Amino acid sequence: MKPALRVLVPGLMTTLQDLGRPGYQHLGIPVSGALDRVSLCAANAIVRNPPGQGALEIAYQGPTLAVEADSVRLAFAGGPVAIEVLPDPGAASGERLPPLHSVRLREGEVLRIGALTGSAVGYLAVEGGFDAAPMLGSQSTYTRAGLGGFAGRALRTGDLLPLRQAEAEEREEAMLASLDLAPPRRIRVVLGPQDDFFTEQGKRTILEAEFAVSAASDRMGMRLEGPALEHSQGSNIVSDGIAPGSIQVPGNGLPIVLLADRQTTGGYPKIATVISADLPALGRLAPGAKVAFAAVSVAEAEAEHRRLAARLAALPRQVVPVRGAPALDVAALLGANLVSGVVSAHEPPREPPQT
Amino acid sequence: MTPRFLPCADTALAVELGDRMDRHVSALVLALAERVQAQAVAGIVEVVPTFRSLMIHYDPLTLSHAALKEALTPLMSGLRPVAGTGRRWRIPVCNHESVAPDLNEVASRTGLSPDQVVAQHSSVTYHVYMMGFLPGHPYMGDVPAALTLPRREIPRTAVPAGSVSIATTLSAIYPLESPGGWHLIGRTPALLWDRRRDPPAMLVAGDQVRFEPISLEAYAALAARSAAGEFRLEPEDPRLAAGARE
Repeated sequence: MKPALRVLVPGLMTTLQDLGRPGYQHLGIPVSGALDRVSLCAANAIVRNPPGQGALEIAYQGPTLAVEADSVRLAFAGGPVAIEVLPDPGAASGERLPPLHSVRLREGEVLRIGALTGSAVGYLAVEGGFDAAPMLGSQSTYTRAGLGGFAGRALRTGDLLPLRQAEAEEREEAMLASLDLAPPRRIRVVLGPQDDFFTEQGKRTILEAEFAVSAASDRMGMRLEGPALEHSQGSNIVSDGIAPGSIQVPGNGLPIVLLADRQTTGGYPKIATVISADLPALGRLAPGAKVAFAAVSVAEAEAEHRRLAARLAALPRQVVPVRGAPALDVAALLGANLVSGVVSAHEPPREPPQT
Repeated sequence: MTPRFLPCADTALAVELGDRMDRHVSALVLALAERVQAQAVAGIVEVVPTFRSLMIHYDPLTLSHAALKEALTPLMSGLRPVAGTGRRWRIPVCNHESVAPDLNEVASRTGLSPDQVVAQHSSVTYHVYMMGFLPGHPYMGDVPAALTLPRREIPRTAVPAGSVSIATTLSAIYPLESPGGWHLIGRTPALLWDRRRDPPAMLVAGDQVRFEPISLEAYAALAARSAAGEFRLEPEDPRLAAGARE
């Protein structure tokens, strides 16, 4: 038997994503990758994967997966969500697994992830990663061209998701004590490349108005509802390249922030570009969420990029054993015992972690 | 026009070399792309040539916006157009009405017969200005003036892969089934996007393309061989091209 997870319920839009597929935009191939690389890196860190290992990106509503392997270790990151471990697919309920905690599941056990509440996306990482052949250097799924991931599409009921590891070693489970996913008060942008295609009023509006995320948003672009931005010289430019976070404004004046599956080129003027450090927070916003923008300089954007990179690099060091706090108590106790020479015979047996 | 640097936050910079779509500007963009790639500036992730600008994607941990502009400045001086150096393709196209749903409409709107539309469309060598919109989708020009039409009022929700289209001064080929608003005047059995090929995209900016009308029978036979992986269009041998085609 090839080790795998079987999809019992696919979730709304569950795709395999890593850090994307750069290097082919000159052929019109989008970069794709995780909408929220902070949560992707966090989920990977908890199961000791490299930060950019491909993981399941879960949008809004999670999947239900059955283990068809000796054992597998998983962890979810991406805001509060109800996650249950069921002893078998028929079980009505099971044990709760908190986000940011790893768990080792045995063959036949089932992981059920509910509706995401704090974020539009979350990531389920498996120790060792999924065994999906990289396409042009990446496991990321780009559904429009059927590229990467599992068969180039979102999960479907009955899919088998092959695993690289047939079993996960028994060891203490791990957790991240916290992960800051709070959005910045305002999403920061650098004006341009085509801010000169907008009137003074249009430029004021993008920085002063509040917008709402439209339900028509997807991995390609986040459509915003709010006051229209006024063009000064029409809404067509000679098509040029598109950056991650480009805010293009078509003829109706409503901005679209281009995300992971963005097209590589486009013919609408782009009033501003979201800084790379704020893209993960943007990717977490669900329809209905409010968005406001603030302008910063390129130098500030670069400083924020370095700050985020440092934060991501620190994640593996922040992963601690689930029983980290009690374990420290034991060490303290043992230290005390060395001094006092007394060992309590009444110390309660350690409970397994509540997973 | 004086070149302009247009910042796209902290991970991309557009270098604009002209304000319009024309072959001279495109040749300058391709020349700059070549120089930037040859220079192998640490931190540049990839460059994307477009009609009149070069998009440079970079890693801000390795390269700052200021350092990138500094590295580009010497590369931009004395830029000479790179023209006609791309690969040459002869792309077979079937213009039978069953695979050219807009041919009659284009004919009536331009005052030409359908045969004249086909003859005009295949009378020139197209330059691939850029790739974009979809993986493997080329923007090619220039379409003869007699065929210039605006895009369709109402785009189609599904255009079949391989559809050869025109709109404004450009011609394109849909590599995948997708929505689209251009006029469909034929279909090619060549696969502009084929995941069995590395890279999967057939064309790249700077390539030169001529269209060659073929019969419906020839189209059907080639399309079947394409699907089976037995037919793959290759560029012309440049040595042959130099003697035979000019």
